[in-house]
Amino acid sequence: MLRIITPVMRVIEIPMLALQRLLGINRLAWVFLAPNLILFGLFAFLPVILNIFYATTGSDNVLLSDRPYVGLRNFVTLTDCGSYLDPNTCREDKFWRAIWNTLWFVVLQVGVMVGFALLTALILNRDIRARGFFRSVFFFPVLLSPVVVALIWKWILQREGVLNAFLDWTGIGGVNWLVQADWAFGWSVFISVWAHMGFYTLILLAGLQAIPRDVYEAAIMDRASAWRTFRRITLPLLAPTMLVVLVLALIKGVQTFDEIYAFTGGGPGTATTFIIQYIYEEGFAGAPRLFGLAAAASLLVAGVLVVLTLVQLWVNRRNVNG
Amino acid sequence: MKTTVLTSTALAAGLAVSAGAAAAQEIRFMCYSDGNECAVYDELLTRFEEQNEGVDVVVDEVPYQAIVENLPVQLAAGTGPDMAKITDTGGLNEYYLDLAPHIDTAYWDEAFGETLNWYRVGDRDGYYGMHSQLTITGPFVNATLFEQAGVEMPGEGATWEDWAEATRKVVEATDADFAMAIDRSGHRVAGPAVSYGAKLVQDGTGTFEGFGPFAEAFVGWNEDGTMARDVWASQGGSTYADAAQEFINGEVVFYYSGSWQVGRMDEQVGDFFDWKVVGSPCGPAGPCSGMPGGAGIVGFEQTEHPEIVAKVIDFLAQEEIYAEAAARTRNLPAHLGVAKAGVEFEGATPAAQDALTAFAADLPNVAPEAFAYQGYSGNRAMYGITVERLSQAIVGELSVEDALARMGDDLESAMSEAQ
Repeated sequence: MLRIITPVMRVIEIPMLALQRLLGINRLAWVFLAPNLILFGLFAFLPVILNIFYATTGSDNVLLSDRPYVGLRNFVTLTDCGSYLDPNTCREDKFWRAIWNTLWFVVLQVGVMVGFALLTALILNRDIRARGFFRSVFFFPVLLSPVVVALIWKWILQREGVLNAFLDWTGIGGVNWLVQADWAFGWSVFISVWAHMGFYTLILLAGLQAIPRDVYEAAIMDRASAWRTFRRITLPLLAPTMLVVLVLALIKGVQTFDEIYAFTGGGPGTATTFIIQYIYEEGFAGAPRLFGLAAAASLLVAGVLVVLTLVQLWVNRRNVNG
Repeated sequence: MKTTVLTSTALAAGLAVSAGAAAAQEIRFMCYSDGNECAVYDELLTRFEEQNEGVDVVVDEVPYQAIVENLPVQLAAGTGPDMAKITDTGGLNEYYLDLAPHIDTAYWDEAFGETLNWYRVGDRDGYYGMHSQLTITGPFVNATLFEQAGVEMPGEGATWEDWAEATRKVVEATDADFAMAIDRSGHRVAGPAVSYGAKLVQDGTGTFEGFGPFAEAFVGWNEDGTMARDVWASQGGSTYADAAQEFINGEVVFYYSGSWQVGRMDEQVGDFFDWKVVGSPCGPAGPCSGMPGGAGIVGFEQTEHPEIVAKVIDFLAQEEIYAEAAARTRNLPAHLGVAKAGVEFEGATPAAQDALTAFAADLPNVAPEAFAYQGYSGNRAMYGITVERLSQAIVGELSVEDALARMGDDLESAMSEAQ
């Protein structure tokens, strides 16, 4: 093997040595970084810069050269409100409806999902029968495409769906779930929890299994109750994992789009329209295509996500430093 | 050996040059189908290719969504096809190729009349598009349910209120779930809105003036259960939704859609029940107007072969070819000569033939406002705004008054951005 590799390395060595002589040892690092920097710049930095250009220009033209500079007009349009608590007083009321919907959704979905994921992880961490089977069952929805998830639940919940057929059969009577705003929102939260809970359960399960067994043995010897063991041992030792789960779930919650868009289309009215759908509709689905407004809204969302990520980094660092 | 190599090289070069020449005559036609349109055009264009050696017209069949969402972006970026079948007739005007230098404009004026204006905007008043299929909105009625209920079907000149009342009686007397349904589309409610007094276009500018009476009635019908609430309330944004399946299932008595649904009704209702097409109901403002529409074939300025593109479209516009396409695709003709001569739609059952005839007979009732709206370049923006804001009023997020005010504001800001 070495007989093959050595001549190859010799061939590579020649231009590298020449480069090292030309640039110096310190600058050579940039040569190694260049491929990654070019790709990252092209697909990450450039779109961000383009987004800023679009956010500060107007009209429905795609080409930047055809778009007049409008400064902060798009941001002003988005934030022009009598009261931020009442979207009806805002110039761009759909944006604020989407913001409030997203906020409520994230609070409910993350809260319920992390709670259930923890409960499930605790149960699956115990020595129960068919543990492997149940772990697969809870993880299965994660493997499904968001559109499949949406269609399955749409078939169940539509006016003449499976659930209403069952309710009619029992004599309770069906409900038009997807036409009533509160029900549509509630089911959106439920479906999102159902679809993603398995992923967070898996992370928490890994966290639980990393807790040393001897700590629990000591607690048993001290005759600590199950609740006290959970509160004083499990929760504190699981805190770093919980934090990761919380922040990941928060970021994913803010980015919610595909499955709810396929499930309700954002309706009834704007009851389940979240911020990413708003951006998509303004920029791509509507006429005229308001790229500037969509870009400005996406920059605002990016700002929120950056803040969430910074909080995660800060808390992580604080935990590591004790 | 050397001679062989040289000969091979010369032959390869020759082939490459001829391939290049052939490629230079290639025309890409972006097409979508409601039924079998693209397949029929593909066949018809084979005849054109036979008459015009060296020209290869490639029909790229794409989903309708690609025409609505991708084509405008491709055109803006300069990477569009040579020609396409489109529905946003006025909205894409800035990219159209003017066919006038290459066609007999007198023939086109006589053949396509008013529909030529749908492709024109402001100063750009050339010959841009051949309207390949004319559609008109109108109601499908479940005649069997009327018969079962023993309710007399409203006759010619009946108003929307008359139909609402009659269909409610049918629902009370039968197992039907809903009296009426209208597709969730700004285009679909435009005809009824005009019948209620909406202006929609004034002095070449879009307006929602006079839209109030229809909005009030429509939201009211959704609230009192006359209209199938699912259609408008179970979606968000400006997403399109139809109620064809509900009508086919016998759940809806009166379904307001359009002539392009005839094939589907014919195929899927079968002998499950008797259905018929009636003229668009009248409104308090007078007109009994449906909304015209449809699709047309246009060429784009960015093509490298403007003359050939014009020749291809002109070929499809010839009376004989157009008549064959209309018959085989079962579409209402926009070609006045073909319409006058009448079309024997291929493979259509008597019910479908009657329905298409009924839609064609309703064309003269289309109000001038509806014709102007179809040709207005900002109509797509207005359709979207109508759907979004009316839906919000239906689900109670906005009052009808607020919804109307928002519609006006949305239109103003959309138009200022579009400029």
